[in-house]
Formats: sequence, structure tokens, C-alpha cells
Amino acid sequence: MILAVDTSLGTAVAVIDDDGALRAEAATSDPLGHAEVIGDLLVRVLDEAGAGEITHVVSGMGPGPFTGLRIGIAAARTFALGRGIPVIPVPSHLAAALTHTGEGRFAIVTDARRREVAITVFDGTDADGVPAVVADTVLVPASVADAHLAGVRRIDVATISGADLARVGARALAAGRTLTGDEPLYMRHPDVVVPGAPKKVGL
Amino acid sequence: MSEPLVLGIETSCDETGIGIVRGRTLLSNTIASSMDEHARYGGVVPEVAARAHLEALQPSIDAALAEAGVGLDDLDAVAVTSGPGLAGALMVGVGAAKGLAVSIGKPLYAVNHLVGHIAADILTPDTEPLEYPTVALLVSGGHTSLLHVRDLTTDVELLGETVDDAAGEAFDKVARLLSLPYPGGPEIDRAALDGDPKAIRFPRGLSKASDLAKHRYDFSFSGLKTAVARWVERCEAEGVEVPVADVAASFREAVVDVLVTKALAACADLGVPRLLLGGGVIANRRLRDVALERAEAAGVTVRIPPLALCTDNGAMIAALAAELISSGRRPSTLSFGADSTLPVTEIQVAERS
Ligand SMILES: [Zn+2]
Repeated sequence: MILAVDTSLGTAVAVIDDDGALRAEAATSDPLGHAEVIGDLLVRVLDEAGAGEITHVVSGMGPGPFTGLRIGIAAARTFALGRGIPVIPVPSHLAAALTHTGEGRFAIVTDARRREVAITVFDGTDADGVPAVVADTVLVPASVADAHLAGVRRIDVATISGADLARVGARALAAGRTLTGDEPLYMRHPDVVVPGAPKKVGL
Repeated sequence: MSEPLVLGIETSCDETGIGIVRGRTLLSNTIASSMDEHARYGGVVPEVAARAHLEALQPSIDAALAEAGVGLDDLDAVAVTSGPGLAGALMVGVGAAKGLAVSIGKPLYAVNHLVGHIAADILTPDTEPLEYPTVALLVSGGHTSLLHVRDLTTDVELLGETVDDAAGEAFDKVARLLSLPYPGGPEIDRAALDGDPKAIRFPRGLSKASDLAKHRYDFSFSGLKTAVARWVERCEAEGVEVPVADVAASFREAVVDVLVTKALAACADLGVPRLLLGGGVIANRRLRDVALERAEAAGVTVRIPPLALCTDNGAMIAALAAELISSGRRPSTLSFGADSTLPVTEIQVAERS
């Protein structure tokens, strides 16, 4: 069985069988409160999944608001550590794309806060059944997203399916592929400037 | 269960601390610091700290287990800091602690960071056990708090805290004014070596009679920082070289004086002849020396845990949880979050009913 955890938008946790069948899933769409709910969602999904051993943990790597995104990744990693099993990092947009791959070219669009959206463009699936990225994830101002897409069908997504995330991870695993690195898809540098000379306070 | 084996996770500021204790015995205290990454910014940057926590967690847990010579199966509980601290940094630890506790099927204790600093003291087996009540002065880059500890696991009261900057922050900011690198504490110390602490009389925040009525045990360091800035500017305006050693020594003296004066005032007012020091700024030798000297004159016994346990660390979090377990407390539910302003009266968060 494969456990998947994603906190790039709401909080989503799921367990699937090795053949991709859903065993259990639980989620909240609240874009906040990931730290509060993650533990209970894990317990609920494990209980419902029933007998069997978790062999891998799929971690949704974003993009998403950093603070929330990290909570799921941290939980996925320590869960895997506790069981002595590997983590499979998966870009969250791949999960969002999975159910749309039969419909020609399309874009997954998620809120990136600060009046920006994250956009990834897909077209079908590749030979391994993983949604095929034709334009890598970018952040663009929400106001120009349509112009940016230039007619590509836009699919706005507010939640990630844990089950689909697990399925993408399972396909990557079966194909022996790594879909993304260990670094979350932050898409932005830490918001900080190197200070200049101290400000004068006046005599 | 008399000697619970607990792994503690601490991520409230810029140190990723993983500690393992068996009851009051320290088995491992692993600390990964992102301090170097903050140096160019002159202070802790929350987002940089949170990113570093996520990277450091797994290797730190592995290292702590290896050092302690125990496996995850051996643990009786996992403990984590729920607050106070930087929200985004705390949340990484909370997520990690929940993932780990659920994975290994062990109870989770969510605890208070400040009370953890006090619990650090119980990990010193060669000394007499800490006696209660005690006054505790906790000084770091993130907090400056004066506490009345009647019992470690049930009864801690906040007497006062900083109303603006933490003392450690003041060191960092004044170091910048003197063109010294980050972190400021050790740099100010070095610069103060040949300085005269009485050369300049810098203000002692919230120490005037009019302030004491309302803020007897509170601290303020922003006025002091501004006074130092003015002094440096005046030197520059008059074209005289800034006497860095004297400024550093006099600034440090002002900080130390107000910290020790207020802590000993609390001891006297409450009739508590015991003072516990904690937090990273305790590494400052002048603070320890002045505290010891003036406490002795006042008939107050001072306790200082080893410095590796004074800075933020996971062992103190594990130690506090071990005490909670030994005193029969139930674990926390899994529904707590990070609370950046968690009051010190909440020693454990979300205890199961
Ligand atoms: Zn601290």
C-alpha cells in the first residue's frame, strides 16, 4: 500500500493499493490549519485502509503556500522514517492533472497567494502513465493568467486528491523515475533583503 | 513507567533540535543551526529558518537516534514544541512530530518552549535536584522572560517579559551599529574585553520609579539600542573615532544590570532565594558573572544548566515531556497546532481528556 500526503492547498491524505485502487482517503479543503489536522487525517486513513503494510510515502511537493506546504512534507518524511520506508516526492500539479489527461492540452492553475497563480501545462500522459508536462510550472500574476495561457484550456484547482497523488507516485515508482527533487517547489525566494547601513536615529 | 524514553523535537527559532532522554538522563542532544544562513541578514529570517528546519529534520533525527543508541521502536513517546516561537518554524516541527508519532504508534506530548528551558536543568545528574519554587530568567534572541516556577509540570507563572526586543536581538542590533558581525552576543563580548563598562551610562529600560509601578518585571531594550545609535552618530558627527570597546562594554553592562536587577527583585519580592538562568544569552560570561556575584550578596542560589542545554534544543523538550509522563499526565490529542504566543501557563498543550 502507498500513503500519500499533500498540504499544498488543503490537506489531503490517502492510501491506495499497489494496483492503484483506493483504500482510504481523508481531506480538508481549508487552506490553513494543516498542522492541526494532519495527525488526525493520518490516523483516520490508516484505520480505514485496514490490514496491509505501507511500503512507500508519496509527498506532494507543491507548488503551494510555503508554510502549509512544509507541514505535509515534514509529516510524510517522518512517517516514512518511522516505518523505515522511502519517500517519493511528486509535484502536486501532477496529481491535479491525472484525471484530465484524456482531454487534450490543458493547464492546471492554483492560487499562489500575493495575487499570483501557479500554472503547469499538460498534454496527455507519457509512456509510464504520468501526466505529460509540456510547459513547466510558472508563477504569473492572476490578472494576466488568461493572456499567458493564450487559449489553452484552464482548469482551476482548489484541492489536491491524495489518491491521485499516490497513483502518480506509484507510476513513477513502477517506472523507476524521479519526478522531482527533495526541495519543495517553493517557486519564490525567501522574502528578505540584505540590510544596508543602520538607519539614522537623529541626534 | 518510571524512566520514559522520549524523543523531543524543537523548531521554534533557528535551531533544529532533536533530543533523546531517558527520564532525567540525557542520551542525545543534536542541534542543526541555520545561524550562518541568517548572518547576512543580521537577524533570524523566519522563512529561511523554516526552510532549514525541513531540510535538517530527518538527518537530525537519524543522528540523535544513532548517538543515543536507541531505535524508534524503543521510544515511549514523542515530544514537540507547540510554542511560543516563530509560527512557520514551529509548524514544521509539529507536522514532523505528528507524522512520526502516528507512524510508530507512540503518544505525543506537545509542550511549552519556555517551560522546556526550565526543564533543561533536570538533565544535570551531578547536581542536587532543582528546588521549587524558583525564579527563572530566560534570555535569548527570541525571548526575555522572568518566571515564577512553583512546579515544573503544573504551576509556572509569567512575572514579566520584554515589551519590545529580546535581549539577544538587542545584542545583534547593537553589533550592527558597531559594524560587528552576526550573531552579536559573542562579538560584543569580544569587543568589550578592553572596554570600560562604566564609560557611558546607557539607560536601563523600564527601571524608573514611574515605570516600575506597571512594569516591575518587564524589560525593554529598544530605548537602549536607540541610545547606543545616538551615541555612535554623535561620535561620527564630531569626527571622533567610536570607542567600540567602551560602547560595547557599557551597552552590555546596561543589559546585564537590568536583567539581574529585575530577577533579584523578583526573588526578594516573592521570598524565593533561588534563581535559574536559561536561554542562549546565558552563554554571555558577563551576565553569568554579575548574576552569580549579586545573587550571592543577596543570598540567592543561582543555577545554570550546561550551556549546550541553555540554547534552544530538543533535549529540554523531551525532558519536560518525560516529567509530564512520570507525573501521570496523558498525551496530547493530535489536534493541536503551533501557537506563536503560547502562554507560559500552558505547560502542556491539548492534553487528552
Ligand atoms: Zn528559547
